Amino acid sequence: MSSQPTVEHGHEEHGHEHHHEPAFIEKYIFPLDHKYIAMQYLLTGMFMAVFGGFFVYAFRLQLAFPGISVPLYGTVSPTEYNALVTNHGSVMIFWVAMPVLIAAFGNFLIPLMIGADDMVFPKLNRLSYQIFLASVVVLIVSWLVPGGGFGGAWTAYPPLSAKAQYSLTPLGSTLWLVAVALEFVAFLIGGINFITTAMNSRAPGMGAKDVPMVVWMICIASIMFMASVGPLIAGAVMLLFDQNLGTGFFDPDKGGDPILWQHLFWFFGHPEVYVVLLPATGIVAEIITVFSRKKLFGYQTILYTAIATGVLSFFVWAHHQFVAGIDPRMANVFTITTVLISIPIAEMMFLYIATLYGGSIRFTTPMLWALSFIAEFLIGGVTGIWLGASGMDIYFHDTYFVIAHFHYTFFPIAFIGTFAALSFWFPKMFGRMMDETLGKIHFWGTIIALNFIFIPLFVLGAAGQHRRIYNYNHYPELSTPDLQSLRVLATVSLLVLIAFQFVFLFNFFWSMFRGEKAPANPWRSTTLEWTTPSPPGHGNWSPNDMPRVYRGPYEYSVPGRDEDYWPQNQPS
Amino acid sequence: MIQSLIEPVSTYAGEVDFLFLLITVIVMPWFFLAEGMFFWLMWRFRYQEDQPAMYVTGNEPELKRWITVPHAMIIVLDLVLIAGAIRVWYMIKQDLPEPHETVRVIAQQWAWGFVHPGPDGLLDTEDDIEIADELHVQVGEVYHYQLESRDVLHNFSVPVFRLKQDALPGRRITGWFEATKTGVHDIQCAEMCGIGHGIMAARLFIHTPEEYQAWVDSHAPQQASAR
Repeated sequence: MSSQPTVEHGHEEHGHEHHHEPAFIEKYIFPLDHKYIAMQYLLTGMFMAVFGGFFVYAFRLQLAFPGISVPLYGTVSPTEYNALVTNHGSVMIFWVAMPVLIAAFGNFLIPLMIGADDMVFPKLNRLSYQIFLASVVVLIVSWLVPGGGFGGAWTAYPPLSAKAQYSLTPLGSTLWLVAVALEFVAFLIGGINFITTAMNSRAPGMGAKDVPMVVWMICIASIMFMASVGPLIAGAVMLLFDQNLGTGFFDPDKGGDPILWQHLFWFFGHPEVYVVLLPATGIVAEIITVFSRKKLFGYQTILYTAIATGVLSFFVWAHHQFVAGIDPRMANVFTITTVLISIPIAEMMFLYIATLYGGSIRFTTPMLWALSFIAEFLIGGVTGIWLGASGMDIYFHDTYFVIAHFHYTFFPIAFIGTFAALSFWFPKMFGRMMDETLGKIHFWGTIIALNFIFIPLFVLGAAGQHRRIYNYNHYPELSTPDLQSLRVLATVSLLVLIAFQFVFLFNFFWSMFRGEKAPANPWRSTTLEWTTPSPPGHGNWSPNDMPRVYRGPYEYSVPGRDEDYWPQNQPS
Repeated sequence: MIQSLIEPVSTYAGEVDFLFLLITVIVMPWFFLAEGMFFWLMWRFRYQEDQPAMYVTGNEPELKRWITVPHAMIIVLDLVLIAGAIRVWYMIKQDLPEPHETVRVIAQQWAWGFVHPGPDGLLDTEDDIEIADELHVQVGEVYHYQLESRDVLHNFSVPVFRLKQDALPGRRITGWFEATKTGVHDIQCAEMCGIGHGIMAARLFIHTPEEYQAWVDSHAPQQASAR
């Protein structure tokens, strides 16, 4: 299960005496080099995405054709259905979006983009991955134990999650919780590393305004993660005690309160949305500037909108609990903060759109992904307003409208953002180019199918279809032929989307070995990672040639210069 | 717009549907404007030999106002939205009118128990009618519901009423509804409650006063207990 990166290694001579070239095991299995740790996170995340995708494949087929024997899976029982939806959600957020967007790209990009030879705490970095890998193992074991995997939804509300007699998965729920807690510890350690590195290891001359946006975004996200995860780790331990030691933190019979868990969970859970969103928007910022040959429109304003979003996101958590039995007056406060968070996020999107103004746009695969992120995320953002409005949420709470809404945010974040970043930085990661034609086939197949999955779900949600139901035949109002055909449409579109992911997997692994050799700076970009060979050697730059920074990261098309880009490290 | 998908059958369902319309009218023009602008810019500034990129920082006042004006307008529209949302919320969840009768809704894995007040119109008396998975009410009367759970979290969800409320063990939560039309509709459990969550359905019967009286009379003596 250890996912060793199978990087073909270009043997550059990078004459540094104190960095010896590590042996295979040391290099690929227990690396200290941030680039290899990033590969470990990336490949583990992709490996987990296969599970997340398989789960949704199984339960969507059950929804479209209730009772069929799903190819490669079999019939889906109600118990299994619950475990599938629960683990689809947990895997995609905690074991795909987090490791890939934050850990893999954070590890790979931060040192390279700020001109550092590695993270400041390489051993902590390695430990972070190892704990993460342990969490993966625990999670997979939780699916295989007697009773099956945890099926109490990824939010794990007690008392259902707290008592085996209710959940009927005594081992599954405990192991799931342990896996989640381990995963948080891994990212807590990783986050400390990111923030410290970005604060202390920047190349000489790199001031706050010269830091590429994606590094800023990952750092803001890491700070938010660290500030929000504490309550949840505490909550997870309390829940673990409730499960196994019979304590009553969330048990009303013993003076506890089940809603306490919801506060602890969502106090983390809502900032978490922005923890994964911000790195993805950072990635988009890097790509749209390169391929429109434009400076970012309002660098500082974008930064302020990100910080404002980060701060506000700590004050919106109870919008998940409008109808959960909190004091109804509280909903009024949280609906105000929730609707207000649309202001910085909308502004950030406007600024990205404005960046295109006056550009010279080339629609390469990474650019298509970055642009589609904006187009699709806007749908996700806008539909959040209906749900944030408390009066409306009474009806929409826990319907497919919610599902469609957050998939329009999370799919762009976790997948479009990742595909954008992978196709953009692939040459730097592996020293080879990805195939453009296959990339475009993958892009169009994914984007078109995506909309045909989730637009029907908005309609189903508006018709009152509630979540996590394995068969709607028990609900006369929901089992009409019209609604069923929408379910079939969504499922068929999902199958199409999944089919197109094989194009990506082929392109990814084929290009890794057979792709065209990449030059150091294939996209004619300005930031520091492109000033070192592709792939960079151990230590990133040779020690006596570390980069120096003279200007901001987006100096494209500066008037009076021959080239349309002005790298950060060029003295003049 | 929602009413074309599912009938509104409570006094406040129309308000919820109107709120949906209000948000749609406020938000969708912005959405289409933003997407339209976005696609236009992509087309207008696509790579062309004779059209080099401009050097723009985003601090030019004549360009910046394309951001600041929408920004200000969004704040204003957000206030309208918030007012609309809170108005409906207050009506459904905070401002409970005097009830004609009160019913008790008891959720448990995986069935609904409904305690109807019976001929005397009062709960917790001898003649209460307690049955599983059927809620019987009279059209045009204000009802309070007292929502309880015996085990885990559940959610009392009646789509035609546009009503949802979580049921919590150890607590009794009171809310209200008033049906506007007779008929039979779905009651859902809209909170994950374990392996039987998918089958935790019940039916809502909205009767005319005469029908309701007949139903009460025929059920009052023999008390069926909840499963």
